[in-house]
Amino acid sequence: MELWRYTVHELHARLCRGEITATALTEAVLSRLHAVEDRIHAYLTVTAELAQEQAAAADAAFARGEVRSPLQGIPLAIKDNICTRGVRTTCASRMLEHFVPPYDATVVERLRAAGAVLVGKTNLDEFAMGSSTENSAFVATRNPWDLERVPGGSSGGSAAAVAADACIAALGSDTGGSIRLPAAMTGVVGLKPTYGRVSRYGLVAFASSLDQIGPLTKDVHDAALLLQAIAGHDPRDATSAPVPVPDYTQALGRGVQGLTLGVPREYFVAGMDPEVEAAVRAAVAQLEQLGAKCLDVSLPHTPYAVATYYILANAEASSNLARYDGVRYGLRVEAPDVVEMYRRTRAAGFGAEVKRRIMLGTYVLSAGYYEAYYRKAQQLRTLFRRDFQEAFRRCDVLATPVSPVPAFRLGERLADPLQMYLADIFTIPVNLAGLPAISLPCGFTAQGLPIGLQLIAPPFGEETLLQVAAAYEAATPFHRRQPALA
Amino acid sequence: MEYESVIGLEVHAQLLTRSKLFCGCSTAFEADPNDNTCPVCLGMPGVLPVLNRQAVELAIRTGLAVQGTIATTCRFARKNYFYPDLPKGYQISQYEEPIIQGGWLDIEVNGQRKRVRLIRIHLEEDAGKSIHGEHLADPTKSYIDLNRCGIPLLEIVSAPDLRSPEEAKAYLQQLKTLLEYLEVCDGNMEEGSLRCDANVSVRPKGAQRLGTRTEIKNLNSFRFLQRALEYEIERQIEVLRQGGTVVQETRLFDAQRGITLPMRTKEEAHDYRYFPEPDLVPLRVDEAWIARVQASLPELPAARRQRFVTQYGLPAYDAEVLTASRALADYFEATVQRFPQPKVVSNWVMGELLRALHRFQHTPPQAPLTPEYLAELLQLLDSGVISGKIAKAVFDEVYETGRRPREVVEAKGLVQISDAAALEAVIRRVLAENAAQVEAYRGGKKQIFGYLVGQTMKATQGKANPQLVNQLLRRLLEEDGP
Repeated sequence: MELWRYTVHELHARLCRGEITATALTEAVLSRLHAVEDRIHAYLTVTAELAQEQAAAADAAFARGEVRSPLQGIPLAIKDNICTRGVRTTCASRMLEHFVPPYDATVVERLRAAGAVLVGKTNLDEFAMGSSTENSAFVATRNPWDLERVPGGSSGGSAAAVAADACIAALGSDTGGSIRLPAAMTGVVGLKPTYGRVSRYGLVAFASSLDQIGPLTKDVHDAALLLQAIAGHDPRDATSAPVPVPDYTQALGRGVQGLTLGVPREYFVAGMDPEVEAAVRAAVAQLEQLGAKCLDVSLPHTPYAVATYYILANAEASSNLARYDGVRYGLRVEAPDVVEMYRRTRAAGFGAEVKRRIMLGTYVLSAGYYEAYYRKAQQLRTLFRRDFQEAFRRCDVLATPVSPVPAFRLGERLADPLQMYLADIFTIPVNLAGLPAISLPCGFTAQGLPIGLQLIAPPFGEETLLQVAAAYEAATPFHRRQPALA
Repeated sequence: MEYESVIGLEVHAQLLTRSKLFCGCSTAFEADPNDNTCPVCLGMPGVLPVLNRQAVELAIRTGLAVQGTIATTCRFARKNYFYPDLPKGYQISQYEEPIIQGGWLDIEVNGQRKRVRLIRIHLEEDAGKSIHGEHLADPTKSYIDLNRCGIPLLEIVSAPDLRSPEEAKAYLQQLKTLLEYLEVCDGNMEEGSLRCDANVSVRPKGAQRLGTRTEIKNLNSFRFLQRALEYEIERQIEVLRQGGTVVQETRLFDAQRGITLPMRTKEEAHDYRYFPEPDLVPLRVDEAWIARVQASLPELPAARRQRFVTQYGLPAYDAEVLTASRALADYFEATVQRFPQPKVVSNWVMGELLRALHRFQHTPPQAPLTPEYLAELLQLLDSGVISGKIAKAVFDEVYETGRRPREVVEAKGLVQISDAAALEAVIRRVLAENAAQVEAYRGGKKQIFGYLVGQTMKATQGKANPQLVNQLLRRLLEEDGP
């Protein structure tokens, strides 16, 4: 019985009916994980023992007739920049290679309370900085659809694990596309919630004003279930919003009749992969056929998004990563004096991309440059928000590609950071404006690489996203296709 | 050429909140190193700050008390620098948008009133403490105590309106008194609850342009502030007189040698790379909140000083001394309520009580001799049960033992001898023992009278009613005379 093939909602139904046990399910997922892991390298830490304990606890609860949530007994993976009490949280960095947090992130606390099973911590670009998961200090994760290609990033480990059935669902984090891009490149569903929808407490900060945790799942229904479990105000995160959380599964069956779909012309650019463009345009046509009205819209400031993003994100990162100084925890390289200790520790602890971003961020905040870079970028941020506000006056949801290209080859873009940064041109504006967006499979290239459709909604419009995505998914076969991993 | 000095102070006041500015850790002073810490104030990965509303309230209190403008919206900012006792690698402070702008404080020096303008007041978190440890496990290492890290501070920045070290000292005293009255800060400079940096420059008298300033860091007593400024002003004037220029720099005061020394060189000057703190949302203070705080403000020092003059008829000097500390003023008023002779109470509070408080390093509420006891003591004195001299002895006894004055007086038999017959017998004996002096008095050396009074008091261990002694002695010396 290949239990690892199923979705959260399918498994939940079977667990409730007593057809399977969480223990058997966990065993199945762990054995699948071990079978594929040496090829895809999705995980940095596998918590088999913890998973078995949690599965046993879930089974005991089921036996008592106690069902706390649809996640009870479901094996999940968590991106390794989300703190897990007692389980090392490395951020794929030498700096935190042996760091074991004494606390849980709020989302982890909620998953534990929901009775979920933690199978492991997944690989990422170091401190979530990257679009390919090649910037991990430990290992490059492979794309289950083509082992010579990257899974996208930075939540590449979580995406690859879901795509390869090495977990049932996973959490990632998205600062400029880090959930949506790998979701698109591995053919899974990835949801980046509205900024403030999910607590960031315990998410190791990359760019605080952009970071958001969200689910990577096998289908839209599962995305709704995971979001349900983690969303909501958290008194420990001042930027989390005190906005009530609706029942997301209610949105799934509503269809798209009466909704207006905006297609921003700036998101179909010269140089984008023609197969990607064709697949996304076909998805739009499909939604139109399902009853949505389609509309050409404009987001005029889009060309400035990448530049703006790399100023703001790096500025925040340069400050957020200052705490890794070798004084209290993490890596320390001894030296005769404290300044030299800082230098050696940070030189040894951070990889090239992280160092590059710290330097760029430090530069744009420096006296004499702040006005020209940081302040200008903040002003632009207001313009991106306005662009979207304008567009949402005329439509309910925007449909765009996730990335201009499908998964690229390992090493292909490593030498050219600018090329790498451009993988995020369609996802970055969403973070700058704090909006929710979902990536879902909308086709394959001739070579068999997944293509993603991005839907974007106004703030706290996750229900609309799920509604449209579920309607599209129900009418298309793409989410059911599996990579040919044996 | 004559020079004048221009001084502005930056004062850091530790707020009297129970918990830290961005986490729930205790702010208690007495704790083992690193006991009052948690993942948030330790700067662990992934943790987030949550603003302490009480600290904001104390900032608003202060802003209202100095007539400042409370910002309806303000922001926190990150001040980035590396230091081992700064866990996050940045301090959360306020930069472009402080919570309070403007306001003023009135001071008085040599009878001259002066208004000192304030530029801004902002909230920030304290850093930890590095301990370079001769007395710890390994003398070659440095240790870090992060108990203080994250404790809320108010930074109060004055305009460069102060013109002398005396004015600077008066301003700091006035500010300390105000913060204590507001229960915003305990004003304890030794424990570092109130710290002061001074910006100082000099210029030819009458000149409009400001001279180049230096900043003297960490002046943790009134005396150091005054001495450091006196030295630094002299130093700068000397530099200019020699034809040199003052270098803009940060200096430290060496109290041992009474001089200031440069702290860091220009090359090491910091670029703090301030930017808005993305982990905190803009702080909004609405009218209702301000009104609530306004309604809860206590009587402020200036108003209380004035009231002490009008209501109690005290001299201005007494009012000034008594209201310098809210606790002392409270002590005074509690005593007057029970013993309504304000000037008598004032004399005792400013004299005996302040002396004892100083000697035992007590604050007024810690004095074992409570307002109730002082009133009782003054009652005993006033009704003639004890003499003034005995009263002082009883004061000390009560202060040291905490026993009631009446009890002490009775237990020690200190009740004044006002029985004329008994006293006459004592005086006759004194006169008999001092026949030569009596002779001299009667021979015209009238000043010997005082000596005889003294001998009588001595014979009664000071318990004789002095007026009665005078009266009886005079009669006996005249009567029995030749």
